[in-house]
Amino acid sequence: MVVSALGKIATDSVAALGRLTCFCLRAFANIASGGTLPSRIVRNTYEIGVRCLPVICIVAVFTGLVLGLQGHYVLSRFGASGMLGTLVSLSLCRELAPVLAAIMMAGQAGTALAAELGIQRSTEQIDAFELMGISAEGYLVGPRLVVACFVFPVLTALFVLVGVSGGWLSGCVLLHQDANGYWAAIHEAIKPSDIFECLLKALVFGILTIALCSFQGFHSHLSGEAGARSVSVATVRGVVFSSIAILAADYLITAFLL
Amino acid sequence: MIEVPLANPPTETVTPLLEVRLLRKGFGSKQVLRDVNFTVPRGGIVSILGRSGTGKSVLLRCIVGLHDADSGDIFFHGINVSEPGQRIQLRNASSYVFQHNALFDSATVLENMLLPLQAQGILPAEQQRDKAMELLRRMELEDASNRFPAELSGGMQKRLAVARALVTDPKVVFFDEPTAGLDPIRRNAVFEMIARLQKERGFTAVVVTHDVQEAIIVSSKIVWLDEGYVLFTGSAQEFASHPEPKFSQFRDNLEALRQSLR
Repeated sequence: MVVSALGKIATDSVAALGRLTCFCLRAFANIASGGTLPSRIVRNTYEIGVRCLPVICIVAVFTGLVLGLQGHYVLSRFGASGMLGTLVSLSLCRELAPVLAAIMMAGQAGTALAAELGIQRSTEQIDAFELMGISAEGYLVGPRLVVACFVFPVLTALFVLVGVSGGWLSGCVLLHQDANGYWAAIHEAIKPSDIFECLLKALVFGILTIALCSFQGFHSHLSGEAGARSVSVATVRGVVFSSIAILAADYLITAFLL
Repeated sequence: MIEVPLANPPTETVTPLLEVRLLRKGFGSKQVLRDVNFTVPRGGIVSILGRSGTGKSVLLRCIVGLHDADSGDIFFHGINVSEPGQRIQLRNASSYVFQHNALFDSATVLENMLLPLQAQGILPAEQQRDKAMELLRRMELEDASNRFPAELSGGMQKRLAVARALVTDPKVVFFDEPTAGLDPIRRNAVFEMIARLQKERGFTAVVVTHDVQEAIIVSSKIVWLDEGYVLFTGSAQEFASHPEPKFSQFRDNLEALRQSLR
């Protein structure tokens, strides 16, 4: 009984992964369907990138402030307060910035995307695309996947920069640590491999977030609910699944790269 | 009552423009369409009538391929478009006006008009724009070309939905309850618009509606759907004088209301 249930979960998961992969491949393959690709890229860059800028900056500065504060007190216990720059920069670059930035973007851009596609599904706009001979996946999802490939890494890099500035603010300005030592430690600590890991994670998280949220919104009519309820289910599933996927992928990438 | 002349009588041809044969469709245990058969002649307006929940919209969605029928065939110009790979023949030659318009809310009025032309990819960009603007002008929507659908009134949205359906010069246009939720004046205006455009542009219109009186006036053929079966196909005149109680109930619904209140 238990084995059968586990087997069903496993086969369902593999089938869902297959459907998601096919969905993304169709979106990429038909990205030019309906024309106006450059303007769709620009519009989605604004929607996913520019609109998320404030929340990314706010979360980054507070993350840096807390890291600076906690780092100062923890490192002082071991007489290693000069390592604050190393702690803040490596924590942000290798782990916190990609994960937190992706989760924040899943919360803002991902939910907006799932809700928009869910409404387009329930108001038959997606059916209208199909009847016009335009691939709805290519037209609506393809450009967003492309935009995710560069917006998530850019916003993650910004998160790191704002975060280390937050660490400087709490560690050096408020707690009077040596600022030169702080920046020198960062300069020494960050290696190209750390930046590579940061950007790779951001890229993977970006594609996962946009793909999962799009998939849920696009197929909201299959959620077992109808109308407004189907949109809310799609939105919740989109953000929950993408958050879980981000954390799971984070572990896998970290384990692979270490 | 709306004042439009009867639609062009359908042209008699050996092969009908559209033919539905033994179409069946169910959802779970509920059978919605049961061996539906009817033909749509070239030209004119064919109205599909029936009570709510009898499968009229499902029938239309099966014809255009938004639902996959469980069995049966659909022929367009004699080609079986229900076969894999052939559906494109009907899609390329048809348009669909959705019940709630299905306008792209993130696109402007002009962009809504341009999308079908861009998908068609026949005309150069400049001509696409000219053609879209010309149709918007004729539908009195020219001034709204840069507005978004949400900024338009209900009547303007309906006109835009019809304009978008006609911009590619389709041979057949499917209207799914085009007057649902409209007041009698707007309802008449929509039927008048469909009849006028059909005469001017010569397409074949297939209209799913509840509005029996209006359908009798503008249609060249009536198909009555009841519990998933086709109960009647024939001319509007034949339908208007048919003694079947189910039809007369619909035709004389005001009298029925008066009777029931006595």
